[in-house]
Amino acid sequence: MPMIDLRNVSKWFGSFQVLKDCTTRVEKGEVVVVCGPSGSGKSTLIKAVNGLEPFQKGEILVNGTSVGDPKTNLPKLRAHIGMVFQNFELFPHMSITRNLTLGQVKVLGRSQEEAEAKGMKLLDRVGLLSQKDKFPGQLSGGQQQRVAIARALSMDPIAMLFDEPTSALDPEMINEVLDVMVELAREGMTMMVVTHEMGFARKVAHRVVFMDHGQIVEDCTKDEFFGSVRSERAQAFLSKILHH
Amino acid sequence: MLELDWSVVWKYRGALWDGMLTSLQLFAIALAGGVFFGTLLAMARLARWRVLSVPAAGFVNLIRSIPFIMAIFWFYFLTPVVVSKFTGQQGEAVGPFTSAIVAFIMVESAYYSEIVRAGIQSIPRGQPSAAYALGMNYWQSMGHVVLPQAFRNMLPVMLTQAVILFQDTSLVYVVALKDFLGAASKAGQLTGRIVELYIFVAVVFFILCFLASHAVKRLQARLAVGR
Repeated sequence: MPMIDLRNVSKWFGSFQVLKDCTTRVEKGEVVVVCGPSGSGKSTLIKAVNGLEPFQKGEILVNGTSVGDPKTNLPKLRAHIGMVFQNFELFPHMSITRNLTLGQVKVLGRSQEEAEAKGMKLLDRVGLLSQKDKFPGQLSGGQQQRVAIARALSMDPIAMLFDEPTSALDPEMINEVLDVMVELAREGMTMMVVTHEMGFARKVAHRVVFMDHGQIVEDCTKDEFFGSVRSERAQAFLSKILHH
Repeated sequence: MLELDWSVVWKYRGALWDGMLTSLQLFAIALAGGVFFGTLLAMARLARWRVLSVPAAGFVNLIRSIPFIMAIFWFYFLTPVVVSKFTGQQGEAVGPFTSAIVAFIMVESAYYSEIVRAGIQSIPRGQPSAAYALGMNYWQSMGHVVLPQAFRNMLPVMLTQAVILFQDTSLVYVVALKDFLGAASKAGQLTGRIVELYIFVAVVFFILCFLASHAVKRLQARLAVGR
């Protein structure tokens, strides 16, 4: 059973179709990179996976549970899918420690001590233990995004979704975030990553999905994608972002 | 030149103090009720379900379109009728204080709901998304993530509205409730020293509201730095 299974997913904003019949899957332990020009529906697709974006047609199964089914307990499902956002979305009115423990305590019902121990272990892992008493606004973008990854991991996710995790970062901070993600991928975490970082895709992706105008145009292994891309649109996209 | 005799203020200090307590009580209850129900109304207005958002919007727009003083009158005559409908007792008086409280909470919740709505909308959409992504439900996302930030953003506006509310408590004189202004008015009629008493009332209102506005300004400056 695939960890994430998208079957013919379509979504409309009014009369505009943002997702057209999208079908792909992410196996357990697999890293899938989703790329494509802006406005191609990548973010919408990844947000549909944990039910943050409703869709009108098709089906998405996460670990066998249907996301679109009204009977599904969405909060319960989301609690086990980690998500990292483009703009970090740490809670600015809470300390780093509280950012890491809030979900564990309120959603998973862990004790404060247990949640803090877990949170501090993960904060240490992303190299930011010394920042635990600060507030998000006092950290750099790269640091905030590493905290956000630690926050997602603190929920013991079965899969991680990354929605353009480095797009809002200054160039010199991109690598510190990618390093954490590479390490995570090498440990066998199931990951679906929307990104333009082709270096990251080359390094750890198993498969690459290329989207354009709401459609999945390419869905192939990394070697196939970087070796002999079949569609013109994917070739044009690659030549644009690789020659900079 | 008018001869002023300020001793009447001292003479009626007890009644004036009682009136001030009534005003403060009305203010506190109306503020708490207004913020509480205003927050619920704002959440209803922003809800995806039209069964919630449409009636909430209708209520807010209705209340905001009628003069405050009319609402007070209205509830003064209406509340006893409604109460007697529910209790079955005919013509049971509810009293001006209760009816004034009902009117104030209704009106203030409509005003506060607009402030809270703007506060909620000032929070980036990614914040509730992040809360949902962690597995929180609507109430947890609102309670832990959205509202604490929204209230911080709108605190200065809410306090300004509170100052206006405090001034508006004097409107209850129309239902013969003895608030601060009512007590002064009564004392003025008894002694014929209405000018002194009204000046006194004006000065007290001015001092309280001026200090409060000043405090709001300082708070606003501090919040602006803190961001």
